[in-house]
Amino acid sequence: MPPYAGEPSAEGKRAEGLFAEGLAAFRGERLVFRDLTFHLPPGGAMLLLGANGSGKSTLLRLLAGLLRPASGTIFWNGAALFADLAAHGPQVGYLGHLEAIKPGLTAAENLRFAAATGTGRHAVASALEALQLTRYADLPARLLSAGQRRRLALARLTLGVAKLWLLDEPTLGLDAASVCRLGEILAQHRARGGAIVAATHLDLPLPGAEALDLTAPAPREHQS
Amino acid sequence: MRPFAALVVRELTLSLRHGADTAATLLFFLLTGALFPLAIGPSPAILARLAPGIVWVCALLAALLPLDRLFGADYEDGSLDQLMLSGLPAPIIALGKALAHWCATGLPLLLAAGPLAIMLRIPTDVLPVLLLGLLPGTLALSLLGTAGAAIVLGARRGGVLLPLLVLPLAMPVLIFGAAAPAAAADGLTVRPHLLLLCAVLAVAMPLCPLAAGAALRAAVE
Repeated sequence: MPPYAGEPSAEGKRAEGLFAEGLAAFRGERLVFRDLTFHLPPGGAMLLLGANGSGKSTLLRLLAGLLRPASGTIFWNGAALFADLAAHGPQVGYLGHLEAIKPGLTAAENLRFAAATGTGRHAVASALEALQLTRYADLPARLLSAGQRRRLALARLTLGVAKLWLLDEPTLGLDAASVCRLGEILAQHRARGGAIVAATHLDLPLPGAEALDLTAPAPREHQS
Repeated sequence: MRPFAALVVRELTLSLRHGADTAATLLFFLLTGALFPLAIGPSPAILARLAPGIVWVCALLAALLPLDRLFGADYEDGSLDQLMLSGLPAPIIALGKALAHWCATGLPLLLAAGPLAIMLRIPTDVLPVLLLGLLPGTLALSLLGTAGAAIVLGARRGGVLLPLLVLPLAMPVLIFGAAAPAAAADGLTVRPHLLLLCAVLAVAMPLCPLAAGAALRAAVE
């Protein structure tokens, strides 16, 4: 019996932004976290902390709708996330460990594809500009360095109309100037009412972000 | 419609950039076909009788070659996660992939089938029937192959598992596809065989993308 198996509360349907209740997830046979309840309002940011294997990436994939929780529910702007995955997908800007860049396409072509498939509506040129990748626009992506690939993946986020950004180690491989620019982009996104959940071991330029420590035992709000 | 078109265009662009993959598939098709006269002797009468079957088996095997990269590359570089979040339903993603596989593999095989069949001394009145059967046949093979490729995604040694999964499913295609030219060679009507082939395609068209879509959802978990 999962520790939380009750009916989702009405609170989730009323809550603006991201609301998660009684989340639990398995990776294989191992329970990585349980009884996770949090609320992230529009414009808010949350940092996922915890040791390797504490479930940070798993939680991000849950919130993206790629993975189903073992128990609990997730609401995005009052709608249950798993009720309509096709509608939730375009709301999400997901940046995983992998950059999802096709080495055979140029940097600009990679972004143009993302722009055409739901996640993006804005101009590719301005997204490249924002991450200072304009010089490399017509270069095959296989020639980009690790940091440049990371920046290209971040540029894909800025293309989009996605309100919920889920970032897994976004600063991995970035130089100091790029981290600074990422900070500005994150601030702009929050100013527009977007929400950010980021997993990281490094310092992220996210002022005022609440921290969620996944290694700490979750508060038992619901008795089993 | 626009995201679907963008997906197909991206797949075709990648196929053009990696043109060697299509060329390798075609060469495999022609080379395996060329092995048969060496193995069973160059007698025109025997070859003419066997030609449609040889072309069909070679096309079936050649169509399997690019399948393990159909979703494999997207799975490994994280593109599959992004595709699943694109708002396109998973079965539609699979349908786009199947269409791209047919354009990059099925269509070239269809074009190369004529020269191979002529090389094997197929009677000229049988050749159009063979090609007419290959058109729905290769489409059905692309759909079946897409479902198989999605199902073995993430499995260890998926490349070995894939033919074991797809070949039994492809047997109806092979049976009706090879029966049509055989009927033509005997002077019988070919219509029922071609219609049955189209029926296989009509069943595969909705079922294979649905199965592949469910498999893709499971693969990203």
